[in-house]
Amino acid sequence: MRLSELVQGLSAVVQEVEDLTEKDPISRRLRDFGFVSGEPVRLVGRGPIGADPLLVQVGYTRFALRRNEAARIIIGEPA
Amino acid sequence: MSEAALPMRLALVGSPNCGKTALFNQLTGGRQKVANYAGVTVERKEGRFSTPSGRNYLLLDLPGAYSLDAASPDEIITRKVCLGEFPGESVPDLIVCVADATNLRLHLRFVLEVRKLGRPMVLALNMSDAARRRGIRIDVDKLQARLGIPVVETVAVRHGGAAELTRCLEGDVRAVVVAEDSTDLHVQVRELIAEAVSMPRRTAEIDDAIDRIVLHPALGLVLLAAIMFLIFQAVFSWAEPLMEAIEIGIAHLGTWVGSALTSMPMLQSLVVDGIFAGIGSVLVFLPQILILFLFILALEESGYLPRAAFLLDRLMLGAGLTGRSFIPLLSSFACAIPGIMATRSIQDPRDRLTTILIAPLMTCSARLPVYALLIAAFIPQRTVAGVFNLQGVVLFSLYVAGIVSALAVAWVIKLLRKDKSEHALLMELPSYRVPHVRDIAIGLWERANIFLKRVGGIILSLTIILWFLSTFPAPPAGATEPAINYSFAGQLGHVLHLVFAPLGFNWQICIALVPGLAAREVAVSSLATVYALSGHEEGLQAIVASQWTLAMALSLLAWYVFAPMCLSTLATVRRETNSWRQVWIMAAYLFALAYVASLLTYQIARMVGS
Repeated sequence: MRLSELVQGLSAVVQEVEDLTEKDPISRRLRDFGFVSGEPVRLVGRGPIGADPLLVQVGYTRFALRRNEAARIIIGEPA
Repeated sequence: MSEAALPMRLALVGSPNCGKTALFNQLTGGRQKVANYAGVTVERKEGRFSTPSGRNYLLLDLPGAYSLDAASPDEIITRKVCLGEFPGESVPDLIVCVADATNLRLHLRFVLEVRKLGRPMVLALNMSDAARRRGIRIDVDKLQARLGIPVVETVAVRHGGAAELTRCLEGDVRAVVVAEDSTDLHVQVRELIAEAVSMPRRTAEIDDAIDRIVLHPALGLVLLAAIMFLIFQAVFSWAEPLMEAIEIGIAHLGTWVGSALTSMPMLQSLVVDGIFAGIGSVLVFLPQILILFLFILALEESGYLPRAAFLLDRLMLGAGLTGRSFIPLLSSFACAIPGIMATRSIQDPRDRLTTILIAPLMTCSARLPVYALLIAAFIPQRTVAGVFNLQGVVLFSLYVAGIVSALAVAWVIKLLRKDKSEHALLMELPSYRVPHVRDIAIGLWERANIFLKRVGGIILSLTIILWFLSTFPAPPAGATEPAINYSFAGQLGHVLHLVFAPLGFNWQICIALVPGLAAREVAVSSLATVYALSGHEEGLQAIVASQWTLAMALSLLAWYVFAPMCLSTLATVRRETNSWRQVWIMAAYLFALAYVASLLTYQIARMVGS
């Protein structure tokens, strides 16, 4: 499943970040941020309009990701 | 020449929000120089300092970077300067890499990337006090041994918080030789953290608590609205009296200086109506710029600005913008100049340019005198729908017209743009921090400096040119009309009249538009001059009400919704985009919109019979 489908408040482990284009700069930046295989992530909150963007915790940091950005991140079953 | 005379060149690098700029301020104090890197609009900040033992250092604050191989213009500069590959920049003798001690999972990866450059470097673990308070324990010796570079702890916001760093700089720091290591940097970071860092909790409890309110779907928006309201109240209630004081003060000073020149009336006019009026029209922007930036800097430093962008991103995305565009656009309701200067916090260059291009469509406060004159003269004081004042409704719809056209223009820009690749939000929400007075003061000083040096010069010269146009040639002997009617500006106004006649503008309006280029509100006093009423603006309202038709007034109101003729804004765009092309694009599209809107308004109003 994808990070954009994660239920608010739940955590899961990143499996990989997909490239939508060749050398997708957004995917590259996501990996720089620490969205890499084996890293736990948690969906902390969602924006007030259309539940977008998503507030995601990875490592010690929180990031705001738009839905289509978060959809690049493949995660395991939520725990 | 002694060796101490040659300053050692240091480069400060680090990821955004690591407190790098605060450390830069702590080390250099006020001794900073702000410019741009050659050929780009990325800000270059350099400062000097010396250590107690008398050694001198030249410190370059490189743009914040999450990574050295990403494609953002900031990060390319950081990489090239570190390697000595940037034209015009010499290679730094030592790299000072800054990492937030509470955010090492993110920042250590960047540290490892910088280390791979193989340049002499020091790691500064910043905000070590905050880390200690949160119970984070970092084994500095182990980290130092594993990384093979000196590691020091710093507290950028505390006096003397960089002492450990300056002591380390005085020692001998050599280049690290990194053995070719193909292990993924993230894996290395995890190992380093497992060995040297113990962290009781991933985030600060206080951050979680604040975010529960600030990012709450309902409460968060209410809080945001309250903060915006407060800022607007402050800008209008604090800046207005200051602006008035500046205008009066400069005018008095001009008259006083001018009184010494009564024997030379032409020189006197140049000094009073050209130079001092020009200085006045530059300085009058300062209160709004400083007050707006006081709030913007405090919000940025505290960590709130990215939260506001989070809350509003979806809304702004609908118009092809980003949540980051909101604050600059809101500031533009006071004045487009600080609004355009505030677009620097927008990372995507496309989003930033769109925001700059539509900023002048937000109704700035300089348009209010024009609106006030025309509304008072033509719109009756009447209550509509039981509660609303008709004059208020008209004023409100003028604001709405500006916003709607801004959204439409943003949408068109999106359609026309060739680069259709996805725009990213990808934004870190940093820990909350109490803003530091010194950092805000230095930030304000920088903004004021940039405005006065880069924009002020252009505005001053244009004001003097406009003075020249409205003064020469002098009226012939026995002239009966006001002097401006005989000048170049007057002649220009008559020529413009040919262009603007379809909009219903009479030649008096056209003449007033010329000096109105300096600032929109000047058009009102120029109209008074043209009608030979200098200093009697109440009289102007009566003349306008009796001699103009409603269609003319509505047409001029429509013109001012777009009002392409603010040279100060165009000067700021030139400075912020480093391109005349964008200036021309902005002037041309605003002019076209204003012309079409006025034409339609006038012709329709006449057909309807007003």
